[in-house]
Amino acid sequence: MELLMGNEAIALGAVRAGVNLVCGYPGTPSTEVLETVAKYNPGDIHVEWAANEKAAMEVGGGASFTGARVLVTMKQMGLNVAADPLMCLSYLGVKGGMVVLVADDPGPISSQTEQDTRHFAKFANLPVLDPSTPEEAYQMVQEAFEISEQWELPVILRPTTRICHASASIEAEMRKEKHEYPGFAKDPRWVIFPSLSLKKHGELEQKQKEIGKAFSHSTFNDIEGNGSLGIVASGAAYAYAREAVKELDANVTLVKIGTPYPFPEEFALDFIRELDKILVVEELDAVIERSLTDLLGKHKIKLDIYGKETGNLPAAGEYTHEIVLRAIAEFLGGAAGEGASSPPPALPVRPPVLCAGCPHRASFYAVKTAMKGIPAVFTGDIGCYTLGNAKPLDMVDTCLCMGAGVTVAQGLYHMEPDKKYFAFIGDSTFFHTGIPGVVNAAYNQAKITVVVLDNSTTAMTGQQPHPGTGRTMMGTESPKIDIEAMLRASGAGWVKTVDPFDFNAAVGAAKEAADFDGVSAIIYRAPCIALRKAQTIYKINAGCIGCKKCIREIGCPAISVTDGAVRVEPSLCYGCGLCTYVCPAGAIVEVRE
Amino acid sequence: MKCDILIAGVGGQGTILASKLIAQAAMEEGAFVRTSETIGMAQRGGCVVSHVRIGAQDESSVIPLRSADLLLGFEPAEAARSMARLKEGGTAVVNTARVVPVTASLSGKAYETEEIFDYLKNSAQVWMIDATGIAEQCGSAKAANVVMLGAGIGTGALQCSLEGMEKLLAQRLPEKLFSINQKALHAGYGCVRGEKGEAE
Repeated sequence: MELLMGNEAIALGAVRAGVNLVCGYPGTPSTEVLETVAKYNPGDIHVEWAANEKAAMEVGGGASFTGARVLVTMKQMGLNVAADPLMCLSYLGVKGGMVVLVADDPGPISSQTEQDTRHFAKFANLPVLDPSTPEEAYQMVQEAFEISEQWELPVILRPTTRICHASASIEAEMRKEKHEYPGFAKDPRWVIFPSLSLKKHGELEQKQKEIGKAFSHSTFNDIEGNGSLGIVASGAAYAYAREAVKELDANVTLVKIGTPYPFPEEFALDFIRELDKILVVEELDAVIERSLTDLLGKHKIKLDIYGKETGNLPAAGEYTHEIVLRAIAEFLGGAAGEGASSPPPALPVRPPVLCAGCPHRASFYAVKTAMKGIPAVFTGDIGCYTLGNAKPLDMVDTCLCMGAGVTVAQGLYHMEPDKKYFAFIGDSTFFHTGIPGVVNAAYNQAKITVVVLDNSTTAMTGQQPHPGTGRTMMGTESPKIDIEAMLRASGAGWVKTVDPFDFNAAVGAAKEAADFDGVSAIIYRAPCIALRKAQTIYKINAGCIGCKKCIREIGCPAISVTDGAVRVEPSLCYGCGLCTYVCPAGAIVEVRE
Repeated sequence: MKCDILIAGVGGQGTILASKLIAQAAMEEGAFVRTSETIGMAQRGGCVVSHVRIGAQDESSVIPLRSADLLLGFEPAEAARSMARLKEGGTAVVNTARVVPVTASLSGKAYETEEIFDYLKNSAQVWMIDATGIAEQCGSAKAANVVMLGAGIGTGALQCSLEGMEKLLAQRLPEKLFSINQKALHAGYGCVRGEKGEAE
């Protein structure tokens, strides 16, 4: 037995099932799946971080056409980017088992939306499996390959954060055998045309009915207990419900739905007939709740269903043991005993901040300094640098989705051309969806400045390589894609690469870029602190006049006021030296050993 | 054996390694273990809470409110933030060394511990120890997490042996770090069992 994280369990399950190719784009909470496959790669699995999720889905599709087994990984927002190939793959179909791992994020803890991928599965007419524990995810991913090959359709595996990032004692077994694949055979079935689509659409509708029937016999759907009150639950919420039922010592029928779409109607009809009323406990959207309501209508069964739509459980946010316990207790006609812990006194808050030594801080501060007193708007994007929004930097005025900083700025510009626009985008995000935005700005003549914050890694998700780093997940070197050349080729008329810690040059570049008549671009290049060791550190000497400008201007977590004096915490300082440009007294100096 | 252990601290304090060691120790005894972490958006310096549930095959990976048998608070404010998960009569070990968040300096609000210490002492059977200071004496402030593990074993609430934990540390750590951590483990244990510690 090993203590495995849900994402590790999924990865090892895929390896055991003989996966031949794994590709994806990093996104919390899905990232560790691909990294774990790379770590335990027996050597014959092709593993890659794709430039974005759409690329990953298409690479995966191509590999599946050969008969190879494929795992494609992403978070729920990533599926929006990959929607086009996914929707078409459901019509075209696949050959080798293709599992699309999409991690949902109730809370949301690290996402822009609380969208529910089970809806996406239904929209795409594709089967979806919903694990309730890491050990079930391990089983499900293996079965998902079989289901995919049986129906020649991609299968979505949809864990949530509490499955991906929870760990459990799991007995992971060795790979059965290498999955041999026949190779690509030319066939009209791989070319989608309207006439083929019409035929395929009919088949797809029929397949969904048949898969729903097959799912009625799936071991991932389960019934415990035999009371006349039913609780139907899924995912992490099932574990909360099970624990609550035990705590309340309730005589209920507890049903787990592990195959939410196509809905296992025959399985559901069997337990529905034994019940007086049902409470549905599921996170995110009321997917199972609606499916049950539809089923009752179809069969003219009169039965009350409670859940999100009746207000018994919250429509938004992550569920907790306490939320589920209270809802079940009320459903059973009682109330959950609310113990009283006395609340703590006011505690200091710890909002997320840019790390001490982070190059993004210097880049933001340089542009802020350059634009002082000038009407300017700063559009942001998805990554660590979204934290540039926090005070005192306050340098992110908009943030929408991956790549949108570059394009939102253009919409703002066309409506209000008299202001300056700086669109901040990270290096990995630039490759992901930033480039078409630059092309669009050049083509449609939006005078904006694209600022690529190049820290040579995908930092927020934990330092994954990308096309600009020259490293791959196969451990090989690859040509570094040149961001500066890419910007020029995309139509930026003025491009400059600057070290943001060369502060005066960084400010100068921002001023020049803002004055350029056309699309300009700055690459602020300095590595993420996770990639380097501090070469030196700084301290505040007796010359400090106590003005606290360093704290007010840049908000570095290493600088604080302790017992009335401003000091640099040596264990946190990374020696970036940005604070030395801010100090009016010249009192911040290098510590020389 | 059933036991719920909560570890609360700040990113970078080694809470996750501590939770893995506790889980591994329990698994060596044949127990089924579930763990989970709540981590915010920040790479460093944010709140981190680790849940370790021993014997929890049929339960969720998150410890419900008022259920934890033991709370290891690596930082006083974080211990106070998680106190509501400790069960009545539960045990807590709290590191008295503060980690001052950047916002405290920005807002000009000082981070005072007096009121927080009072709250902690009134909430549970609690051992307040300067785990960071003790770790420094053992050779590295970074071994504070292992001091806390030693103290947890010392309270008796963490059902694993000092020898068992020492063996796990030896497996995981390079030799140089092991000797510091071995000292830290025993110092934490001794602090609760013997001379310096005081139960509030």
